[in-house]
Amino acid sequence: MEGVTGRVHSFESFGTLDGPGVRFVVFLQGCPLRCRYCHNPDTWELGGGMEISSAEVVGKIESCRNFIRSGGVTLSGGEPLMQPEFARDILERCARAGFHTALDTAGSVPLERSRPVIDRADLLLLDIKALNPALCRELTGRDNRNTLATLDYCEETARPVWIRHVLVPGFTLLRERLEELAAFLKPYRCIRRIDLLPYHKLGAYKWEQLRLTDTLRDVPEPSQAEIQMAEALFGLN
Amino acid sequence: MELKTGEWNKEVNVRDFIQRNYTPYDGDKSFLTPASDRTRALWEKLCTLMKIERERKGVYDIDEKTISTIDSHEAGYIDRELEQIVGLQTDAPLKRAIMPFGGIRLIYTELDAYGRKMDPEVANVFKYRKTHNDGVFDVYTDEMKAARHAGIMTGLPDAYGRGRIIGDYRRVPLYGVDRLIAEKQRAKKEMVIDVMDSDHIRKREEIAEQIKALKELKAMAAKYGFDISRPAEDTKEAIQWLYFGYLAAVKEQNGAAMSIGRISTFLDIYAEADLRSGKYAEEQIQEFVDHFIMKLRIVRFLRTPAYDELFSGDPTWVTESLGGMSLDGRHMVTKMSYRFLHTLVNLGPAPEPNLTVLWSVKLPENFKKFCAEISILTSSIQYENDDLMRVKFGDDYGIACCVSAMRIGKQMQFFGARCNLAKALLYAINGGRDVKYDNMQVAPAIPLLAGDGYLNYDEVMRNFDEITDWLSKLYIDTLNIIHYMHDKYCYERIEMALHDEEIVRTMAGGIAGLSVLADSLSAIKYAKVRPVLNEAGLAVDFVTEGDFPKYGNNDDRVDQIAVEIVKSFEKKLSSHYAYRKSKPTMSILTITSNVMYGKKTASTPDGRKAGEPFAPGANPMHGRDVNGAVASLKSVAKLPYDYAEDGISYTFSIVPDSLGKTTAEKQANLISLLDGYFTENGHHLNVNVLKRETLLDAMDHPEKYPQLTIRVSGYAVNFIKLTREQQLDVVNRTFHSKF
Repeated sequence: MEGVTGRVHSFESFGTLDGPGVRFVVFLQGCPLRCRYCHNPDTWELGGGMEISSAEVVGKIESCRNFIRSGGVTLSGGEPLMQPEFARDILERCARAGFHTALDTAGSVPLERSRPVIDRADLLLLDIKALNPALCRELTGRDNRNTLATLDYCEETARPVWIRHVLVPGFTLLRERLEELAAFLKPYRCIRRIDLLPYHKLGAYKWEQLRLTDTLRDVPEPSQAEIQMAEALFGLN
Repeated sequence: MELKTGEWNKEVNVRDFIQRNYTPYDGDKSFLTPASDRTRALWEKLCTLMKIERERKGVYDIDEKTISTIDSHEAGYIDRELEQIVGLQTDAPLKRAIMPFGGIRLIYTELDAYGRKMDPEVANVFKYRKTHNDGVFDVYTDEMKAARHAGIMTGLPDAYGRGRIIGDYRRVPLYGVDRLIAEKQRAKKEMVIDVMDSDHIRKREEIAEQIKALKELKAMAAKYGFDISRPAEDTKEAIQWLYFGYLAAVKEQNGAAMSIGRISTFLDIYAEADLRSGKYAEEQIQEFVDHFIMKLRIVRFLRTPAYDELFSGDPTWVTESLGGMSLDGRHMVTKMSYRFLHTLVNLGPAPEPNLTVLWSVKLPENFKKFCAEISILTSSIQYENDDLMRVKFGDDYGIACCVSAMRIGKQMQFFGARCNLAKALLYAINGGRDVKYDNMQVAPAIPLLAGDGYLNYDEVMRNFDEITDWLSKLYIDTLNIIHYMHDKYCYERIEMALHDEEIVRTMAGGIAGLSVLADSLSAIKYAKVRPVLNEAGLAVDFVTEGDFPKYGNNDDRVDQIAVEIVKSFEKKLSSHYAYRKSKPTMSILTITSNVMYGKKTASTPDGRKAGEPFAPGANPMHGRDVNGAVASLKSVAKLPYDYAEDGISYTFSIVPDSLGKTTAEKQANLISLLDGYFTENGHHLNVNVLKRETLLDAMDHPEKYPQLTIRVSGYAVNFIKLTREQQLDVVNRTFHSKF
């Protein structure tokens, strides 16, 4: 009955930006990436957050059922795939309870571990940090091979995917890089939507709290014109 | 006009008229028309006047010579050429009248505040004529005065008009005033009297007053060139007649809340008939509505700066209830519901009239979408749960003030403001003494719990029970005095003339500080709380060790404490005799007074420091609801409406980007939120969709935001009219945003 025990950073009961409709978002603790623009660095350490059982998590979700009829449940993080058994059990329980489920991931875990989790999600919100492996490493500390393998796997299994990509001025927010990414994504039939997320500084205070060095301190937030340029390249406006 | 006849022809029965004749509208907003040239010109004139009003410290002009009654003033106009709907409270727009029957002392203060002198003739009248306020203070006990002074009971309508009475203004156009007079005369004649006791004598006198008021109403309309003795015959007349009825009320009563009822679907019947016959086109009908709404936007009362500090923003609570469902299962959304909301586009956002959507999950999708669109655009709509209220109040109720439902023309309430329950907790700990007021013994001396050790939950609860026993009795007794005197010296003649003779009365009590109290009790129960004592050995602060569950996170451990507080205090109120056999009810509503209540309350065990504001209404304390808006709404929705029938107010503020990415998603998500909250039996939701930055900018540059409207616990205000303290409170309060 208790299900699997795992670690959760926090809950957002009115998620409106992480999948279709109103969503109950569970932020799982732990992430293998160290994105320099991360706005939730407090989710990085696998040992942080609070311990809770999958049954208890789904109990909380159940009690919000009347609000998420048009939406569902999103597992986010951190990297939810870092706790595959826990994530899988939550998704299974949600599916049994009739909720639409989404997995908000950077696909940064090898497929042999993530596959059973992905198979149980109705939708993947796949965050492609950078198409260029070197740039990806520079921004996140790791290359993107697991991410791209995840995307291919979704294509094979016809699992719906929403792509997310953070626009960081000077890093990813460059015309040729965006053109390259747009061309790369074009053939994938599993992709239902692309969200470009402008880099913002709202998480900066957390870096200070955690005494981490914010190496993007001097990077500005993108201008409206830059955002429009990027969106045009993906046919979004 | 071709109308289906029925009961309404035989007796005064507006509901029957509506139910037989209204046309539900399922379509979208595409039929709506923009502001006409005349509308724009007229609105511009008013905007200029209102700008001058702001520059003159919020008061444009005062007529201090005329005691305001229904027909005391000559006809007044904004611009006679342009105005399609006429009638002003005095002989000029924004000029405020004096209404001294609530209390002449208050008029002295008000005039003084704005650099005017009391007129000797008016002063002379009140040498001989007693007011409501005089009556109340002749009778108050010392205990009442002390409790009032310490602010454990606050906002009591003992010096100003109690308001919260909604005349059925629709009766004026539907029947014409002559028929209404005839019905009242008949009622007086046919009154069955067993013993001629004070109840019967009062009732006969009241009906006599009502008849006089109706005659004055006719005379007032005649000054504008209208004969309203007969029924209205088209849309323009219906709006004009109805407005005259309402105008009579706001000429005579400076009530705290002067709601207009539920008029749009009623008026739509006339509009549909005119559209069918070709008498008026849509453009003309929208113009009448726009001009009518302008009039409601400039209802003005003379009030003191102290009153504004409590209920800032010059509120009048001209609340209009839109939509809802009929008892037969049809929805009651009409084109007129759209036209009313559309005034927020044609004239821009505004706090008044207080547009209130009676929400049902069964409302047509198109209308839900339109409401969401207007909410996101203007933050000027509040929502209340029709599915919850319809069961108790039928399908012809309206909202008085912010959240108080009542059957129109068949029910009234005795407004009772509220008790400060957070302060009651401190009395429970401090042996009935108030550390904010020189350790004064306000409540009966009970055992002191403040000492060296940790507070014990059971002991605190036992004392709290005793304090609230005392408080509930004192509170109802005080209200009995207030409303006895209000009936006697400041009777609402015209509003009551537009009621049945046999009506339901409620005694509407209220509480403030619910979330502070719930969190404080949770801290005492689940963490360790140690009082910090002053020289008299009373707790002036608290040290809390360990964490505790906080209200607003959908956590039953504390949410159920809040539920129990509500149930227990309502039961206590109900156990006392209330004036005129009224039924005690309770609201959880503070409007902006949460700031003032906080100011008057010492530090509380939840960690709130002395003087810091409470959360408004039933809101969780800001910053303590950490699991998102739904969890917060879930906590509030647990509060039982059966025990807070006078309303449970929740103010929800969100930055636009947090509602969703695209406009369509934002609207859909807001609808999901409303449907979810009301399915969970939540009662009321104020929706603000605003950027924090906008508010901060408006604090520094008010001139840039003349129409910036925000919703605060049950009503909307012009943000720039709030005091700086209240502005900061709004800005600091939970803005649900995530990143």
